[in-house]
Amino acid sequence: MKMSGMWQKFRRFMPKGLKDFPNYGEGPERYDLLRKNFVLIVCATAVIPLLLMAAINYYQYQSALKEEIVKPLRRLITNTQHTLELFLSERESTLRLLIRERSFEELSNQARLNFIFQSLKAEFPEFVDLGLIDSSGLQRSYAGPYELKGKNYRDQDWFQEVQLRGVYVSNVFLGYRKFPHFVIAIKRDAVEGDFYVLRATIDTEKFNQLISTITLRPGSDMFLIDQEGVLQTPSRAHGRVLDKISLLVPPMSQEAVITRTKDEHGEHLLGYAYLRGANFILVLTKEPGEVMAGWFTLKSELLLVLVVSVAVIFIVSLRATNLLVDRIREADQKRESCYIEVEHTAKLASLGRLAAGVAHEINNPLAIINEKAGLLKDLVEFSKEYHDQEKLLSQVDSILRSVNRCREITHRLLGFAKRMDLKVETIHLNELLQEVLGFLEKEAFHRDIKVNFNLAPDLAPIAHDRGQLQQVFLNIINNAFEAVQDGGNITIATKANETDPSTVEVAISDDGRGIHPDDLKHIFDPFYTRGKEQGTGLGLSISYGIVAKCGGDIRVESKVGRGSTFTVVLPQKCQMA
Amino acid sequence: MSEYRVLLVDDEEEFVSALSERLMLRGIEVDSALNGEAALARLVEKEFEVVILDVMMPGLGGLEVLRQIKSTHPNTQVILLTGHGSTREGIEGMRLGAFDYLIKPVDIEEMLAKMKEAAKAARMR
Repeated sequence: MKMSGMWQKFRRFMPKGLKDFPNYGEGPERYDLLRKNFVLIVCATAVIPLLLMAAINYYQYQSALKEEIVKPLRRLITNTQHTLELFLSERESTLRLLIRERSFEELSNQARLNFIFQSLKAEFPEFVDLGLIDSSGLQRSYAGPYELKGKNYRDQDWFQEVQLRGVYVSNVFLGYRKFPHFVIAIKRDAVEGDFYVLRATIDTEKFNQLISTITLRPGSDMFLIDQEGVLQTPSRAHGRVLDKISLLVPPMSQEAVITRTKDEHGEHLLGYAYLRGANFILVLTKEPGEVMAGWFTLKSELLLVLVVSVAVIFIVSLRATNLLVDRIREADQKRESCYIEVEHTAKLASLGRLAAGVAHEINNPLAIINEKAGLLKDLVEFSKEYHDQEKLLSQVDSILRSVNRCREITHRLLGFAKRMDLKVETIHLNELLQEVLGFLEKEAFHRDIKVNFNLAPDLAPIAHDRGQLQQVFLNIINNAFEAVQDGGNITIATKANETDPSTVEVAISDDGRGIHPDDLKHIFDPFYTRGKEQGTGLGLSISYGIVAKCGGDIRVESKVGRGSTFTVVLPQKCQMA
Repeated sequence: MSEYRVLLVDDEEEFVSALSERLMLRGIEVDSALNGEAALARLVEKEFEVVILDVMMPGLGGLEVLRQIKSTHPNTQVILLTGHGSTREGIEGMRLGAFDYLIKPVDIEEMLAKMKEAAKAARMR
């Protein structure tokens, strides 16, 4: 129940032609339909899983490949991020240590500060200068290349910010010396709400080194930007320091992020990370060509394999189907011809039984008619007194002739039914044909018919029933005699069959009136005659039955007015025996 | 005065009467029987050189009658009459000792010739 339900469901997806498999109709188009559906089904069952596999493969590989590309990028960014963060926090800690360990008085002492700066620079050469600012924003002391002592920072943003947060890391700027640097400022609270700030400037050259020490492949780029998208370090493809990049500033994230983005150069990968404790964003870009090259190669290889497979499947299924359908067609044809043959044989057999029955039933009353008429004749003949003797005798003779005709018919019918009894012996066809012609010699002589023999001298003997073969050839040669005019020609030829050496051929040709194409179709049908004068219509039917039963064949070619050729093909051994 | 005596056996009365009259017109002594039993009875009463015997008869069939004739009267020659074209019955008859067989309807001259031969054979025994 469940299975049949599933089958019903499955059937709905089958092509219409296949559902009605046994009802393809009778015409030759059913083979085309069959062929089409076969190819369709085979291709579908083979190609659909293939396509599915290819698709799954495609996506799996794509994600694997992406992972392979993304992972090292993420690692690279994270590592660099950590390095930079460490760098910043080290500098920050150093300053924090300084401001905590030294008193305001010591730091505001210019000579002390100079000393501290010298030892700081010895440790961290990227420090450009160092200064102390009190809570009013006034630069109290300064160690460095510029004359900044006494400068007031009270109104500047960074000063406001360091008051609020306690620490400040600036963006990169060029300043007086025209080289990129940035500022770190640390606040320390003093008594009664007072505070002071230690401010240091740091050369970004060290940043550049940290970033560029990481070896990057061509097509990749790595740099720092601030939150406005302004470059803090030089880049390969996006501009110089303090240029604004064309990319959008990526959204804030705690972790390193790898995304895809598009710009005028096309699609590429973008990785970024926000540095903790500063307004810097580490950005990494990778060009699509380099990223996707492997992927495109894979894609085209996959496509090639797919196309070739589909083509192979199609060709193979087409050829297999052609083979199959041809076989089916052959089998159908064989079956059909077998069917016709069986039908014909059955028809002949039942006809034979009928004929025998009829002949037997008719023969008894016919015998009575024969004897009564014979007695009548005897009485008239023996008495010799009857006055109208001549007339009566002619009537009786007419009856007797009719009886004879009937007898001939019934005897032939019985002969037709009798064909079951076979006695196979070795026969030399050439001799047999000459024997048969002996029966007709008188007629040939009287009618001046010329019979030519064209016999193959080395014809192999055959194994057949002599009487039946005689009947066959007598029938055909008799027909030829009937067909020709007085003085006509008949040729009897024998030869070994060239195409099938296991058979021999006898061709009987005449130059008589020929057979009309309509008659030709029915020539082997029982009781088919061209008129009353032409005999029983059984001769050729019987002949054909005999030859066909032995596995032979009779072919007829004829042209009206030109003559006919009957070719009897006989196997060397009658296959019924 | 007749050269030989003939017993005609057939279940068709019309056939028997007409044929026996024709044979008698030709100076042959003919007796007739309409079935196998009657024929065997006639053979006990009288001696016949030739028996014309139909194969297909109701009651005792022709071939059975032939067998009995051959066992009781081996000198009597039997000519079988058959409505069948099948040589099987004829050959079977010949195997049982029939002199010959004829297929109905029979040509009277052919029959006379066969009977003459049979009578000759009967006397030779």
